[in-house]
Amino acid sequence: MPNKILEKEYLAENVVSMWIEARQIAKKRQPGQFLILRPGERSERIPLTIADVRAKEGAVRLIVQVVGKTTRDLAALEAGEYVRDVAGPLGHPTPIKHYGTVACVGGGIGVAPLLPIARAMKEAGNYVVSIIGARTKGLLILEEDMRAISDELLITTDDGSYVRHGLVTDVLRERLTGKPGIDFAVAIGPVPMMKAVANLTREAGIATIASLNTIMIDGTGMCGGCRVTVGGRVKYTCVDGPEFDAHEVDFDELQRRLNMYRDHELHQLEACKIGLAVR
Amino acid sequence: MAIPRQPMPEQPPEVRRHNFDEVPLGYTEELAIREAQRCLQCKKPACVDGCPVNVAIPQFIEKIVERDFEGALQIILGTNSLPAICGRVCPQETQCEKYCVLAKRGDPVAIGRLERFVADHVRIRLMRGEKAPLPPTAPPPGAPKVAIVGSGPAGLTCAADLLNAGYNVTLFEALHEPGGVLVYGIPEFRLPKAIVKAEIQALVRRGLQIVTNAVIGRLYTIDDLLNEEGYAAVFIGTGAGTPKFLKIPGENLNGVYSANEFLTRVNLMKAYLPDAETPIVRGKRVAVFGAGNTAMDAARTALRIGAEEVYIMYRRSRAEMPARAEEIHHAEEEGVKFEFLVNPVAFYGNERGWLQSVRCERMQLGEPDDSGRRRPVRIAGSEFDTPINVAIVAVGTESNPLIRQTTPDLQVNQWGYIVTDDMGRTSKPRVYAGGDIVTGAATVIEAMGAGKRAARAIISDLQGKG
Ligand SMILES: Cc1cc2nc3c(=O)[nH]c(=O)nc-3n(C[C@H](O)[C@H](O)[C@H](O)COP(=O)(O)OP(=O)(O)OC[C@H]3O[C@@H](n4cnc5c(N)ncnc54)[C@H](O)[C@@H]3O)c2cc1C
Ligand SMILES: Cc1cc2nc3c(=O)[nH]c(=O)nc-3n(C[C@H](O)[C@H](O)[C@H](O)COP(=O)(O)OP(=O)(O)OC[C@H]3O[C@@H](n4cnc5c(N)ncnc54)[C@H](O)[C@@H]3O)c2cc1C
Ligand code: SF4
Ligand code: SF4
Ligand code: FES
Repeated sequence: MPNKILEKEYLAENVVSMWIEARQIAKKRQPGQFLILRPGERSERIPLTIADVRAKEGAVRLIVQVVGKTTRDLAALEAGEYVRDVAGPLGHPTPIKHYGTVACVGGGIGVAPLLPIARAMKEAGNYVVSIIGARTKGLLILEEDMRAISDELLITTDDGSYVRHGLVTDVLRERLTGKPGIDFAVAIGPVPMMKAVANLTREAGIATIASLNTIMIDGTGMCGGCRVTVGGRVKYTCVDGPEFDAHEVDFDELQRRLNMYRDHELHQLEACKIGLAVR
Repeated sequence: MAIPRQPMPEQPPEVRRHNFDEVPLGYTEELAIREAQRCLQCKKPACVDGCPVNVAIPQFIEKIVERDFEGALQIILGTNSLPAICGRVCPQETQCEKYCVLAKRGDPVAIGRLERFVADHVRIRLMRGEKAPLPPTAPPPGAPKVAIVGSGPAGLTCAADLLNAGYNVTLFEALHEPGGVLVYGIPEFRLPKAIVKAEIQALVRRGLQIVTNAVIGRLYTIDDLLNEEGYAAVFIGTGAGTPKFLKIPGENLNGVYSANEFLTRVNLMKAYLPDAETPIVRGKRVAVFGAGNTAMDAARTALRIGAEEVYIMYRRSRAEMPARAEEIHHAEEEGVKFEFLVNPVAFYGNERGWLQSVRCERMQLGEPDDSGRRRPVRIAGSEFDTPINVAIVAVGTESNPLIRQTTPDLQVNQWGYIVTDDMGRTSKPRVYAGGDIVTGAATVIEAMGAGKRAARAIISDLQGKG
C-alpha cells in the first residue's frame, strides 16, 4: 500500500524534509532505525533514516539529500502524493543508555540521522555535546532542532561562512580536553569524517559508534550487498547494523564500495582491456 | 512401436543467450497427448511416491489423453496449487520421473512437462477470455485469522490450503513483490514472472490478503501478530535467504556479488531492462562459484546481460553438481564453460577496489564425506590466477536472523533453522514453520509440501480448540 506524503519542506538547497504516513512503522520505530523506500513503480530501493516520528498521527519524518536519481524522484513528490513502497523499521536501534557525557558528531546530511539519537541520549539523562558541520552555511541543517536537545552545540563550516571555520573533527579534538569529559561518541556523516572521528576517539580511548550508509537493496539480510568489514569480520549493515564500533570499521573498504556504481562506467572501459586467455 | 519421449520445443541456444524470454516453449496439444499416451497407467504408480506432494499423476495424465485438460488441471490442483511453477522448476529427474517404471528401461514419462502443459493451457485460455475465471470468493464472516510470513512457495501453499478450508488468511512479505525466490531468484527465462503473478492473483481472488513491505520481526513481531493483531496462528515461511560467502581475501572487492544480490538486481529490480534504475556491473569475464540451480541461473543471466565468457567453477566434479539436469544442459548449450575441481583461494583487485582476478587451486576427489560424496582435497602447488571482472558466489545460504532475534522462545537448531515436528509445529504454541527456514535450502516442491502439512496441522489444532 502506498504511503501518503503529509508535509514537505526544503531545509537547504537539495535537502528536503518529508513527513510520511506510516502508522505501524511510527509505532514500532526506535532511534537509529531506518526504512527502505521506493518513490515510484520503477524506482530503486533506497535506505533512509527515520529522523523523527509523530506516533499519534502515525507519521515518520525523512530528511533526504538529493544525490542521484532515486532521491531526486522522491524530492520531486509533493504533499498529498504517495511514495510507492515503504518498508521498516529496519536495523538495530541505537544502544541508548546513560553514558554520562555523549558527543554527537554529525556532518552534512548525517545530522538528520543523528538528531533522533542525540535526542534519545538526552532523554536518557546524558549531557549531550553536539558538534555539527557542513561544507557551507546554506547546507547546514537542523541547527535549531539540535540546539533544543543539546547541552552544548558546536558548529563548523568547511569554508568559514558560518560560526567556526574548519571541520567537525577540529572542534572535537579541542573539546576532548574540555569539561565535562566525553564518555561516549556517536559519529554520522561522510565516510572520511567518521573515519577521522574514530581515529581521534580511539586515541582518546572513548567508545564510539558510527552509523554506516552502505549501498543496500533488500535491507532484510538477503543479498549481502551491504556488507562491511568490522573487526576483521564481514557484517551485513542492514541486519547487523547500521551502527558499529567505529574503531573496528574498515572505512576505506566502505568508501570503495560506496563508489561502486559511480565508478561503474569508468570500470566498464577498463574491463575491456583485461586479457582474454584463461589461466 | 513404443512412442519415444517427446522433446520440448526450445529457443535455439545462440538466440536465447541474448534474451530473457523463456527457453523451453512448452508442448503443443498434439505433443502433450502423444507424451501422455506413453504412460502405462500403473496400478501402483511409483511416480506418485516420488512426488513430495503426491500429485495424482496417472489420473491427470489420463485426462490429457482424453483431451480433458480442464479435468487434468482440477486433479493436479487437488494436491498442488502451483502446477505451472512446479512443471518448470521441479527437479523431476530426482523426484517423480526418477521412479517412473519407464525409466528402468528407457526414458520416463515427461511428467513435469505435462503438468506445465495443463496449467499453461488453462491459464492461456483464461487470459484470452475463452474461459470465465472462477468468481472471487471471500472467507466466511467470523473465520479464524491466520498470518503467513513470507510469500515463497511454502507460504503460498499454506495460504492456499487454509483458504480452501475457509480461513481468513493474511500474508506478510518483506519485499515489495510477493513470490519469494520465484520472483527475486529464479530468472524470467526459466520462470516468467507473469506466471508467478497469475498464480498469486488466483489466490487473491479466493480471498488472500497480501501485505507487502512488511518485515516481520520488526514491523510486527510474531508475538504482536498473535497477541495484538488477533491471529489465531502464524506460519513462518521466510526461506533461507542469507547468502554465504567463501570467506577468502578480497571478497568485498567491487564486482564480487552474492548470487542473491546479482539475481535480485536482475529479476526483482529488472536491471536487465534498458530503462531500469537499478545498476548492475556487467562483466566481460565472469566466474560463478558453486554448481547448484542458483549458480546455473547466475551464469546464464550473466551471459544474457552481456558477458563474453562465463565460467562455472566448482570444487567437486561433474557428477556431484546439485543443479537440475536440464539447467546444466541448457547452460552448456548456451556456452557457459565448466571448470571442475577448482577452489578459489583469493580475489585480487586494483587500487580503486575493483576485482581483477581470482586465484584458484586444483582439487582431487578423496574419501567420501558424511554426505556420501567424495570430499575434494587440494593438490599442493596447483594454484593459478585467472583474470575476471565479476565474481558471483553461489555456495549456499543460511538462516536469516530477523525472526529468530525477535522471537526468543522459538527453538532453532545450531544453524539457526527453526525446529518443527513432522507437521510443521514449532516449539511455540500457535506458531508453525516450513520450507527452507526449517530444512535449509531445498526445493520449491518440498517447501510446498511443508506448507501443506502445516496447513493441515493448523486446521486440526484450531478445530481441536473448538
Ligand atoms: C542506513 C542508512 C541510512 C541512510 N539515511 C539517510 C538519510 O537519512 N538521508 C539521506 O539523505 N541519505 C541517507 N542514506 C543514504 C541514501 O540511502 C543514499 O543517498 C541514496 O541511496 C542515494 O540514492 P540515489 O538513487 O538518489 O543516488 P545514486 O544514483 O544511487 O547515487 C548517487 C551518488 O550517491 C552515492 N551513493 C549511493 N548510495 C549511497 C549511500 N548509501 N550513501 C552515500 N552515498 C551513496 C553514489 O556513489 C553516487 O555517487 C542512508 C543510507 C543508509 C545505508
Ligand atoms: C536462484 C535459485 C534457483 C532455484 N532453482 C530451483 C529450481 O529450479 N527448482 C527447485 O525446486 N528449487 C529451486 N530453488 C530453491 C527454491 O527456490 C527454494 O527451496 C524455495 O523457494 C523455498 O521456498 P520458501 O517458501 O521456503 O522460501 P522463499 O522462496 O525463500 O521465500 C521466502 C519469502 O519470505 C520473505 N521473508 C523473509 N524474511 C521475512 C520476514 N522477516 N518478514 C516477512 N517476509 C520475510 C522473503 O522476502 C521471501 O519472499 C532455487 C533457489 C534459488 C535461490
Ligand atoms: S509437483 Fe514436481 S515432483 Fe510432483 S509430479 Fe509435479 S513435477 Fe513431479
Ligand atoms: S510410473 Fe510412469 S508409467 Fe507408471 S503411472 Fe507413473 S508416469 Fe505413468
Ligand atoms: S541490503 Fe541486502 S543484505 Fe543488507
